[in-house]
Amino acid sequence: MFSTPTTASDTAEGRAPACFHCGLPVPAGCSFGLRVDGEWQSVCCPGCEAIAQAILDRGLQGYYRLRDADPAKPGELPDDAGDDLRLYDDPLVQSRFVRNVRPALGMGEAVAAGEAKGAWREAELLLEGMRCVACAWLVEQTLAGMPGVKRAQVIHANNRARIVWNPEETRLSVLLAAVRAVGYRAWPYERGRLELIEKGERSDALWRLFVAGFGMMQVMMYAVPVYLSDAGSMSADVEQLMRWAGFILTLPVMLYSAAPFFSGAWRDLKAMSPGMDVPVALGIAVAFGASTWSTVAVPGPVYFDSVAMFVFLLLGGRYLELLARQTAGRSLQRLARLIPETAHRLPDTAADAAEDGGINDSETVPVALIRPGDRVLVWPGEAIPADGDLESIAATVNEALLTGESRPVSRKAGETLTGGAVNAGSALVMRVTRVGADTVLSSITRMAECALAERPRWVEAAGRAASVFVLAILFCALAAGIVWQWIDPSRALWVAVSVLIVTCPCALSLATPVAMTVAIGEMARRGLVVARGHAVEALARATDCVFDKTGTLTQGRLALLEVRVVGGRSREECMALAAAIEQGSEHPVARALQGVAAGLTLPNASAFSSMHGGGVEAVISGRRYRVGNAAFVALLHGRTASLAWLHCTDTVVWLGDELGWLAAFRLGDGLRPESRRAVEALRGMGKRVHLLSGDAHGVALRTAAELGIDHVRGGETPAGKLAYVRDLQRAGACVAMVGDGVNDAPVLSQADVSVALAGGSDLAQVKADAVLLSDSPAAFADAVALAMRARTVMRQNLVWALAYNLIVLPLAFAGMVTPLIAGIGMSASSLVVVANALRLKSASARVSPETATTDDAKA
Amino acid sequence: MDILYLLIPLSIVLVLLVGVVFWFALKSGQFDDLEGPALRVILDDDTPEEKK
Repeated sequence: MFSTPTTASDTAEGRAPACFHCGLPVPAGCSFGLRVDGEWQSVCCPGCEAIAQAILDRGLQGYYRLRDADPAKPGELPDDAGDDLRLYDDPLVQSRFVRNVRPALGMGEAVAAGEAKGAWREAELLLEGMRCVACAWLVEQTLAGMPGVKRAQVIHANNRARIVWNPEETRLSVLLAAVRAVGYRAWPYERGRLELIEKGERSDALWRLFVAGFGMMQVMMYAVPVYLSDAGSMSADVEQLMRWAGFILTLPVMLYSAAPFFSGAWRDLKAMSPGMDVPVALGIAVAFGASTWSTVAVPGPVYFDSVAMFVFLLLGGRYLELLARQTAGRSLQRLARLIPETAHRLPDTAADAAEDGGINDSETVPVALIRPGDRVLVWPGEAIPADGDLESIAATVNEALLTGESRPVSRKAGETLTGGAVNAGSALVMRVTRVGADTVLSSITRMAECALAERPRWVEAAGRAASVFVLAILFCALAAGIVWQWIDPSRALWVAVSVLIVTCPCALSLATPVAMTVAIGEMARRGLVVARGHAVEALARATDCVFDKTGTLTQGRLALLEVRVVGGRSREECMALAAAIEQGSEHPVARALQGVAAGLTLPNASAFSSMHGGGVEAVISGRRYRVGNAAFVALLHGRTASLAWLHCTDTVVWLGDELGWLAAFRLGDGLRPESRRAVEALRGMGKRVHLLSGDAHGVALRTAAELGIDHVRGGETPAGKLAYVRDLQRAGACVAMVGDGVNDAPVLSQADVSVALAGGSDLAQVKADAVLLSDSPAAFADAVALAMRARTVMRQNLVWALAYNLIVLPLAFAGMVTPLIAGIGMSASSLVVVANALRLKSASARVSPETATTDDAKA
Repeated sequence: MDILYLLIPLSIVLVLLVGVVFWFALKSGQFDDLEGPALRVILDDDTPEEKK
């Protein structure tokens, strides 16, 4: 579908012509345009005109013929000079993403740091705004046409470009500006450390797999004729030749593809804990050794084909496992990518100027150059580049990717903004407090990486079981060999090898770690970052969930709990009156009262006056009203209040006029709507729910009663909490504790598994097994449910792996399994285990409707 | 059947050769972009007077 250039005749017919460049209608009376191949083409804005002109100037109008998608409409004129890009010429900045390459050889040949002089530079760019292959071509031609560029390649599939240039002839900023001139944005692309490692692992595994597969196919070619030929139809010489051919092609499979098995087996043997690599390595080594012996010395049966195929299947299984592991880890890496590449720095001098004083002076710099103390501008829809305090009066940010909380949250001036959140409101200005590795986001990713690296107890237990198993297998194989020596000496060796391979406990060793990794990745996606590996296990095992703070379950701000009408007015009337009187105030009490009257029409109030610590007075239709504490309101009419609430622990606000009391409002910390569901869900999973609170006993009791929590303690000191948890544990309970990570550290460490709330606290200091990023009890309940599913999956895996081995062992012993079938069976059993673990991802989707409904309830 | 003495060694050489060629192709980035080159041929420079 080529976009047809609009001509003058279109305009004459009264249709709104489409912009030559971006395809949007050209507004009436718009005079922008340019001459293409002698014909006048109109465009919709100066931005399109400049870009189209730049494209034509470079002789690249083929783009317009061949594109099949319209480009993005440029917002403004492209920067002519690209001042903000100049910074990418700085060698210090470049050191992060630029490689030096040897001029003559070009791509791929990195040179040592000392040889940097005279070398060419290579960098990878991330392109924004690419819509179709023609875009890729346009950018590539633009870059290739620049003087000093030695090579430019745009890869449309992942929106990247790779360029090599000579630093003596051109500068990177010039190249970036050239891309910008034709309507795209280019940034240097810096690969994450983890991403690089992953890619290396993947390509390494793929290469080994390829060599094994290729070798296997060819060796089969030489093996099959020997199997199929009638005795004597093939001369001994030719048979010997076939053996040699098989040997030569199996050699790279053994030396390269199977190398990880040998090195793994050697490592296990040195550590005296035989793992699953030992029987595999032994099996293929024996089979290969014996076949080689038959080739070189005494002619006999060769099994080169079985060896190559076994290695291939095993590597195939491992490759799939690697992919599963990396996909799970990706949800953690996703966090690290939240930080944008660039930020808009504002000059410090504008700090005392008006709100928008500095906005026009912002300069775009890479995030790496932002320092604590800098003022940064964040446009709507952009991600916040670092942690900092808000300087604008108010802002709305969406932390969904960070915490799993889907609604945008509002922040006021001076409040903290977390790097990685997205600005969901208008442009905001912030002052950076922490950058780079100090930010909350970095702490989270580091923590999560540790958890993935750590081997939890379950996994260790399975590993230990596997090494006992391996010893048993080695013994069995030996026994099988000896027994068959009597039955049929010619088959003894091959039966032993089959036993060795078919019973390899790969599935057993894979059973737990894969499930664990998938579970940890899923939890991170739902707002619970696991910091210690054993947390998943303990969450599943927990019998008691203790909420350490009332704040976990409540909203943390005042809400109207109850209204009592004392005078002759209606309830709605009283609420409207109170809201009208409080409408100008920012006090928490006032906000709570304003909130409940949202749907009511407020009467006109005037002559506001407020007394600090007392309340507010206002005049409505000629009468004076007061809202505030009892003493303040009583001054207006001189009567004493007669309500039992006077000694209530909650905040009570009164409304009165000159004649007497009208109403009383009881305000308190409102419950989070999802708390009740979370508690119910936890009880449904068979967990006892406790609430230990440092707040007054009454408050704790009321919260617990509303949520249906049976075990409550209010007014507890940290020592009291510690004793309570100890008592529970003495009674045989496994305690999961949810609390504030810093203040309650001793109690948290006493619990079997501790979950800290991220809310504002310094994550680096948190000593907990997991961190709840969203502060929502529903996320905690979700995580517990997921942990229990993970445990079920692990048990299924273990049962399957054991059952498989028990069934296959006697068959192999009886000589009914050839080495070839042994290899297939063993790989298949591993695949089943990995596939079962991956089920956790979809299983968690089944838990999510619960979350969805709680989200709805919140909204 | 004497031809086998030539063909089997030849097949081994061929396999190794194919392996090396594939390794070289992968290493030099020929599989990085699978759709671009097809279009690059068609989308050649239209202006002959430009020296590219």
